[in-house]
Amino acid sequence: MDIKFQEVEYRYAAGTPFERLAITDVTFHVPSGEYVALIGHTGSGKSTVLQHLNVLLKPLQGEIEIGSRTIAAGRKEKNLKEIRRRVGIVFQFPEHQLFEETVEKDICFGPMNFGMSEEEARQRAREAVRLVGLPPSVLERSPFDLSGGQMRRVAIAGVLAMKPDVLVLDEPTAGLDPRGRREVMELFASLKKENGLTCVLVTHSMEDAARYADRIVVMHKGRVAKRGTPRDLFHDRASLTALGLDVPETVRMQRLFEEKLGQPLRQLCLTPEELAQEIARLQGERS
Amino acid sequence: MMEKIILGRYLPLNSVVHRMDPRAKLLFIFGFVFVVFLANNVLTYALLGVFTLFVIVLSNIKIQFLMTGLKPVIWLILFTFLLHVFFTKEGEVLAQLGFLSIYKGGVIKGAFISLRFLLLIFVTSLLTLTTPPISVTDGIESLFGPLKRVKVPVHELALMMSISLRFIPTLLDETDKIMKAQMARGADFTSGSLTSRIKAVIPLLIPLFVSAFKRAEELAVAMEARGYRGGEGRTKYRVLAWHGRDTAALLVLVALAAALFGLRS
Ligand SMILES: Nc1ncnc2c1ncn2[C@@H]1O[C@H](COP(=O)(O)OP(=O)(O)OP(=O)(O)O)[C@@H](O)[C@H]1O
Ligand SMILES: [Mg+2]
Repeated sequence: MDIKFQEVEYRYAAGTPFERLAITDVTFHVPSGEYVALIGHTGSGKSTVLQHLNVLLKPLQGEIEIGSRTIAAGRKEKNLKEIRRRVGIVFQFPEHQLFEETVEKDICFGPMNFGMSEEEARQRAREAVRLVGLPPSVLERSPFDLSGGQMRRVAIAGVLAMKPDVLVLDEPTAGLDPRGRREVMELFASLKKENGLTCVLVTHSMEDAARYADRIVVMHKGRVAKRGTPRDLFHDRASLTALGLDVPETVRMQRLFEEKLGQPLRQLCLTPEELAQEIARLQGERS
Repeated sequence: MMEKIILGRYLPLNSVVHRMDPRAKLLFIFGFVFVVFLANNVLTYALLGVFTLFVIVLSNIKIQFLMTGLKPVIWLILFTFLLHVFFTKEGEVLAQLGFLSIYKGGVIKGAFISLRFLLLIFVTSLLTLTTPPISVTDGIESLFGPLKRVKVPVHELALMMSISLRFIPTLLDETDKIMKAQMARGADFTSGSLTSRIKAVIPLLIPLFVSAFKRAEELAVAMEARGYRGGEGRTKYRVLAWHGRDTAALLVLVALAAALFGLRS
């Protein structure tokens, strides 16, 4: 499902003395089946953009195309359920949304809201729990007895069970241990690859953005500051540091290496594996 | 979604009302609640209305903003008004609607009482809008200070109050967040039958309670870790200062009361 933002603007508490411009003139495109990372300094408006993806917030200016629907400023929107089912959002710290007696019931909440039968929802819950790497035995447990990391996975499973076409993730790995982080990110990558899911990821990790994203949108003070592929974007370190960001560690490593070597490598390497291969290739060439 | 609620919000502006001593504001409002009941005819209500407008202007707060804050109570005011219109049988009959007759006295009384409501709400919301919650509780603690002699735990009560006030905006933000998270999972808070709407609140209330209890516990631990031990011998970081304008405000209120007393019928 394609998503297009056209000059979108949003203000919180519009029309009150607390009014606050959160995003303005935001234009970008999420092509179907692509993985788009949204990066930017804290407070730059990333979460605000995400909430427009399933119309939890409506633009005050501009318009958004979500699949075949167009959400324009100043129009009343009805029947948002279909959009909300097709665009699943995992919020920042999603474990705060858990409320049911058992994990199974909690995961079934989404699917059943969207009109699925209980039998089908339970089937999906089992599947989702397996996907996020939890044992089937958690289904019977209370979500409040789980550890923080397990709760996070249950919350993610609750959104996956809706079988969305677009998966929107707001810092899904914040507060997870390194292994959990890797597993969760790999899960999203494989869902994208195998099921053709469209992914929108907000992250503070340049490494994740470099490794997984097809395109990157850089937000700065409520505006889109840059757009491009990871390779294009991470080429220019100075312009990123000006926005309070940096390049991935691998790129910094590559730059140091090139300095010692006295010549640039063939291309910008986005992951440690890529860089290692490139160096090994160079070594082979020299000997 | 919750941003329209102004209850317990502080609006940091610079005005003479903002700068007043919180004790003076509290005493003023306490007095005003009684003074409002002195009005009983058009002239006295007009005087009260003009006076309230004057206070609002002094506070630099836009009247439109106060109006938006009125939305949650507008139904209550309307209900009171209609109650009086339909059930007061005084004066001449203005209209006859089937078995209901509307009397002139009822309309007047309804209007007066709604106005009284409105003025009280305006003036009391001005308190929280112009005073940081922490100053409100400082003021209350200081005013009730003498009760400490008879073993009333004034400091603890004031602390409880300031903590509650402090957490109103936090809880509203939290409600907004959880609501959005559940709406993203297909929850519907705005349509359906009454029972389905009541049921829809459960996914909102449970996470809210869980986080409120967690917060309370964390706060208690944090206070203990920093060696907090109550009011005895504790000095203040913010010291309240009573100025001439505070005395003046109370004198104005007394003058208003006197004027109303003279003009009421
Ligand atoms: N509910 C709200 N009410 C008022 N202002 C808000 C609200 N949520 C966000 N803002 C403001 O909007 C701006 C953008 O916030 P947003 O949450 O989108 O940033 P973000 O890029 O997600 O930041 P972070 O990386 O810290 O999550 C900020 O200036 C913030 O203060
Ligand atoms: Mg955010």
